[in-house]
Amino acid sequence: MPGKLKVKIVAGRHLPVMDRASDLTDAFVEVKFGNTTFKTDVYLKSLNPQWNSEWFKFEVDDEDLQDEPLQITVLDHDTYSANDAIGKVYIDIDPLLYSEAATVISGWFPIYDTIHGIRGEINVVVKVDLFNDLNRFRQSSCGVKFFCTTSIPKCYRAVIIHGFVEELVVNEDPEYQWIDRIRTPRASNEARQRLISLMSGELQRKIGLKVLEMRGNAVVGYLQCFDLEGESGLVVRAIGTACTLDKLSSPAAFLPACNSPSKEMKEIPFNEDPNPNTHSSGPSTPLKNQTYSFSPSKSYSRQSSSSDTDLSLTPKTGMGSGSAGKEGGPFKALLRQQTQSALEQREFPFFTLTAFPPGFLVHVGGVVSARSVKLLDRIHNPAFVGIMGNTRSYKLLDWNSFNSDEPETRDAWWAEIRQEIKSHAKALGCHAVVGYSESTSICEEVCILSASGTAAVLNPRFLQDGTVEGCLEQRLEENLPTRCGFCHIPYDELNMPFPAHLTYCYNCRKQKVPDVLFTTIDLPTDATVIGKGCLIQARLCRLKKKAQAEANATAISNLLPFMEYEVHTQLMNKLKLKGMNALFGLRIQITVGENMLMGLASATGVYLAALPTPGGIQIAGKTPNDGSYEQHISHMQKKINDTIAKNKELYEINPPEISEEIIGSPIPEPRQRSRLLRSQSESSDEVTELDLSHGKKDAFVLEIDDTDAMEDVHSLLTDVPPPSGFYSCNTEIMPGINNWTSEIQMFTSVRVIRLSSLNLTNQALNKNFNDLCENLLKSLYFKLRSMIPCCLCHVNFTVSLPEDELIQVTVTAVAITFDKNQALQTTKTHVEKSLQRASTDNEELLQFPLELCSDSLPSHPLPPAKEHLESASSNSGIPAAQRATSVDYSSFADRCSSWIELIKLKAQTIRRGSIKTTVTVEKASPVGDGNFRNRSAPPCANSTVGVVKMTPLSFIPGAKITKYLGIINMFFIRETTSLREEGGVSGFLHAFIAEVFAMVRAHVAALGGNAVVSYIMKQCVFMENPNKNQAQCLINVSGDAVVFVRESDLEVVSTQQPTANCQSSCTEGEVTT
Amino acid sequence: MTSELDIFVGNTTLIDEDMYRLWLDGYLVTNAVALRVRSGILEQMGSTAAVLQSDTMDRYRTFHMLERLLHAPPKLLHQLIFQILPSRQALLIERYYAFDEAFVREVLGKKLSKGTKKDLDDISTITGITLKSCRRQFDNFKRVFKVVEEMRGSLVDNIQQHFLLSDQLARDYAAIVFFANNRFETGKKKLQYLSFGDFAFSAELMIQNWTLGAVDSQMDDMHMDLDKEFLQDLKELKLLVADKDLLDLHKSLVCTALWGKLGVFSEMKANFKNLSRGLVNVATKLTHNKDVRDLFRRAVLPKSVFSVCPLPRWLPTPGPLGPLHGHPPWLPPAPLS
Repeated sequence: MPGKLKVKIVAGRHLPVMDRASDLTDAFVEVKFGNTTFKTDVYLKSLNPQWNSEWFKFEVDDEDLQDEPLQITVLDHDTYSANDAIGKVYIDIDPLLYSEAATVISGWFPIYDTIHGIRGEINVVVKVDLFNDLNRFRQSSCGVKFFCTTSIPKCYRAVIIHGFVEELVVNEDPEYQWIDRIRTPRASNEARQRLISLMSGELQRKIGLKVLEMRGNAVVGYLQCFDLEGESGLVVRAIGTACTLDKLSSPAAFLPACNSPSKEMKEIPFNEDPNPNTHSSGPSTPLKNQTYSFSPSKSYSRQSSSSDTDLSLTPKTGMGSGSAGKEGGPFKALLRQQTQSALEQREFPFFTLTAFPPGFLVHVGGVVSARSVKLLDRIHNPAFVGIMGNTRSYKLLDWNSFNSDEPETRDAWWAEIRQEIKSHAKALGCHAVVGYSESTSICEEVCILSASGTAAVLNPRFLQDGTVEGCLEQRLEENLPTRCGFCHIPYDELNMPFPAHLTYCYNCRKQKVPDVLFTTIDLPTDATVIGKGCLIQARLCRLKKKAQAEANATAISNLLPFMEYEVHTQLMNKLKLKGMNALFGLRIQITVGENMLMGLASATGVYLAALPTPGGIQIAGKTPNDGSYEQHISHMQKKINDTIAKNKELYEINPPEISEEIIGSPIPEPRQRSRLLRSQSESSDEVTELDLSHGKKDAFVLEIDDTDAMEDVHSLLTDVPPPSGFYSCNTEIMPGINNWTSEIQMFTSVRVIRLSSLNLTNQALNKNFNDLCENLLKSLYFKLRSMIPCCLCHVNFTVSLPEDELIQVTVTAVAITFDKNQALQTTKTHVEKSLQRASTDNEELLQFPLELCSDSLPSHPLPPAKEHLESASSNSGIPAAQRATSVDYSSFADRCSSWIELIKLKAQTIRRGSIKTTVTVEKASPVGDGNFRNRSAPPCANSTVGVVKMTPLSFIPGAKITKYLGIINMFFIRETTSLREEGGVSGFLHAFIAEVFAMVRAHVAALGGNAVVSYIMKQCVFMENPNKNQAQCLINVSGDAVVFVRESDLEVVSTQQPTANCQSSCTEGEVTT
Repeated sequence: MTSELDIFVGNTTLIDEDMYRLWLDGYLVTNAVALRVRSGILEQMGSTAAVLQSDTMDRYRTFHMLERLLHAPPKLLHQLIFQILPSRQALLIERYYAFDEAFVREVLGKKLSKGTKKDLDDISTITGITLKSCRRQFDNFKRVFKVVEEMRGSLVDNIQQHFLLSDQLARDYAAIVFFANNRFETGKKKLQYLSFGDFAFSAELMIQNWTLGAVDSQMDDMHMDLDKEFLQDLKELKLLVADKDLLDLHKSLVCTALWGKLGVFSEMKANFKNLSRGLVNVATKLTHNKDVRDLFRRAVLPKSVFSVCPLPRWLPTPGPLGPLHGHPPWLPPAPLS
């Protein structure tokens, strides 16, 4: 089914000077899609050309539409020599192919050159007409929506969650082709950028096809990665979770049902919340649950609780969720059987989601991970010759997959690892893996493939077809497991897969829970947490001999188990030291370098109310007879105890005292220290289990038997907590904080250190690495001090070893401010607040000065009015407390922006200085005022808004996402041969990252969006050669482009709805355009 | 362990005002770090000097990258690379173009050429302002001058449009540009007591009343050059001193206009004849460029008058000066044609 792509080149601005003689440029534009190229006229002698071209029309297959990027090249016309390229813009037109995403791409795009960076901007309009509306996407996967977000997107409802989809595409890396020796670096970089763009388009299309096969309509938690394998090629692979999503249509309908996380969070800590409409208010014991059902055909069968409803309504599904009280044993078995059958048809019951619809997650087993070391070989590519010389390259790629009689090596590797993960999950009594992710680390020809996830038991209701009924919402409430349900062990306690220490759940007292819980998912929204969470990191280095091929791989695989063990011990110790008992969002990264291995594990520690209080850490010396040594030990012990006490205070961990009698004595089982099942091998499936059992019952014993152990204890104590007012976590939201304000700041920080090669011992290495990470965090706290009180969320560390003695750490995170004073505000006051908001319709405007909205665009005569509005609203009797945060700050902003605006608006008539100028201010205000109110009541509805927010989270605090516009997936290469002139490596990379951000923002703005959520920098490969004055960097980023509306505006709209229907509808209208 | 690379890039570019000031003032990273350490910021945050060093380097790098855009402020507003809040953009521009009083007094009226730039070392030593900062200020003057030099229309408006400065700063720049263009001598010893504000005020009045643009707003021309014809016409003013009737008429008109608006009205009235003569003397000799340049030195010459009170201080604001055809009273009025 063909489509028509239409492109119009409007204008350019800030072009670089290409003609030294005239200091001007004769620019024209080439628009290329597939094999067709159009050109604009040459616009002579201008740095701000106005081409205003006709519509260039490309008639193409939709397959091409999905695979190919639109390629726009800006050139300088030269009569005598070859035209010089100024730069390029690649536009992914995929968002235009879904029915409900963007309809047009229109805006200013930075013109990017891989050697010079951004060189001016170009204004482009792109539209797609797909023929045959009725049968729009049947033949291809155009209609499938992609989301990077690892939870069900905010304005959708999951009807069915189908499961795992994966695909990979292999190609030769243009950088390593023979032709690369004779072409310019620019040509080579562009070939690479274009190839990766093509490959990711193809990959996405293929995944889409798989989703359609499963009868889904969307991929959630889509994660696409590149493996730059050097000589052996380029792998683009992706995983995701296929879903059938339903758009929640009217905002009124979904407001109560699916609140934004910020609101949801508010409700969580309050058990006794009188809020009637959300899941968190469900009854707290499973027994109650039984009596709480109002399904029509309900029968109180002996066997199960809430699952009855399911049985009656949807016979196919069979079992519901649940913690089934005393009948736990048999019920559980049955449940497993049922869900297993639901999952059986799936090869891999994996889910890349980290947050789930309520009721989806039944039990969590623990972290499962698998690693394997592989030697890279030349990828078998028969159909693959000189692809870049051939313009129909994507066709070749297709042959490539056709030709795969030969087993696809990479596919086989991953399948092997997934199989292993699956068997680990089974060993934990779980039939599914959630929070699943895959990663690689490559050094020369050795590659470590890793996969990890959380073994879990899921509620089959979401996994099957034909279970969608109108009363889903209702059943949801009934079927809700208790909030401690997910902590209960999924495995049989008499037949445990590994030694564990079980107690009865501290919440419901019915079920067994482990003493610690490690997971890779986000904290479930209905979990009860005591105190706040914190970021916990384990850092480790191990030296390795330099070796070749097989020997190297063997050396690495021998080291891996020890690394995992130590990383795990460190995590456990640090968790105990914080006085917490569970880890969420655990991510262990093992990086391989020439002469070392690095392990970095990050997670968010919390105290789950359902799990037992963690014991302390006890130190035991090996030589008990030495007096001074004993003294030293006891000194250390004291220090540790002090730290634990301090941490408990810091994170507000004060669980209610429960006497042993009530709980019942702990089950006399050997202590379980590890819930981390893992294995690493080149070929075998062996499962190495960790048995770190100690005889001591409730304290964790550290034996100090050598200096290494001493070091470990010391390093435990050297981790400094963040300065007061700061919190950090690597999950979406910080457990225990729920009153986020709207100020967010996403950032990326990169550090590279050079190790002095002299003192390369494991200890020195560990210390260096530890210092590097700690200093980096300290720097971040220092830089963001103006945002206090704030929390660094979704802190994502990536380690790479670009060279022998270099360690590179990249951190991306978002700082979100929160309101300290309102920390314990209940829903009641929230309601009050919203009423207040409704009563003063000006209030919504208070927020906007914080935004960089159209102020920066001179063509909008809005801001001068703001000052006026601002003063108006501050006069209108809003309680001072509410104003305090925004007004103070904004008044200055207003003043400044208004005069900037004014300058530009000012007519030529002003000639006489101050008197007249001030008059103009006063005159301008009331006039602008009127316009302003009418035109932009919802401030962010205006698509010309300059500001684009970026966040690695799936939501924007204080705002509601109203529309997903499509996935952003961009790959850039930047190279320089004048490193010193560009400010050295720091200057070079700083500028490049800033440029990447700029290009992401420009694309989102052109789609009509005002934010990127679930933003992630998946790759940042930096190589330098200072001697040659050269450097190169590759960056791959992705995220979801969205439109959001401030919650305060929405509330105003919804409360006014009865009286002012038209207003709300026009708000919506503006939002969706 | 040495840090090879250390960067921080935010989606919104954070601007630390204190750091910006240090950078503008031309402090090197090491000096800036030392200053910040002394400010006690480390104790507040419990940080280390290394953190401060890294932060300072990073901020300086950001400013350095922004500097290119600050040379053409409208670019800063339109660029996409740095997302900066409008209030911060305004602050960046305003501070970048701000100048030191001491520095501007040194270069006011001098040709903004390479020659003057070479003297910046000396100016730096005299004023105690770092050479880096002197260079920035000088380059700012020169850049503004270059841009508006050939432009039509109001000088202040042009500056505001092209540099997005606040009204006050734009008017200061107009004065600087006007002085540089006409090369008025301001450095003489007897002029030392005059502040930049005094000169700026004079410049504003001269731009409004003495330039070609002032005479005919429809005329496409510059507001930087004095109206030669007008200066020629000033010769006619001799009459005001020579002719007794005209002198009296002039006196009464001026007195009516200024009555109640001047603190030193009585002195002015008493000394009117001397004043008038002095001024007319200056006015009638403004035909040669050299004399024009010397205007200020000569204008303050009549000691008897101007030693009483500094020259422009007792001037009324330009406003209801109908009888004087919009000309300031302390300078010769326009020919009563």
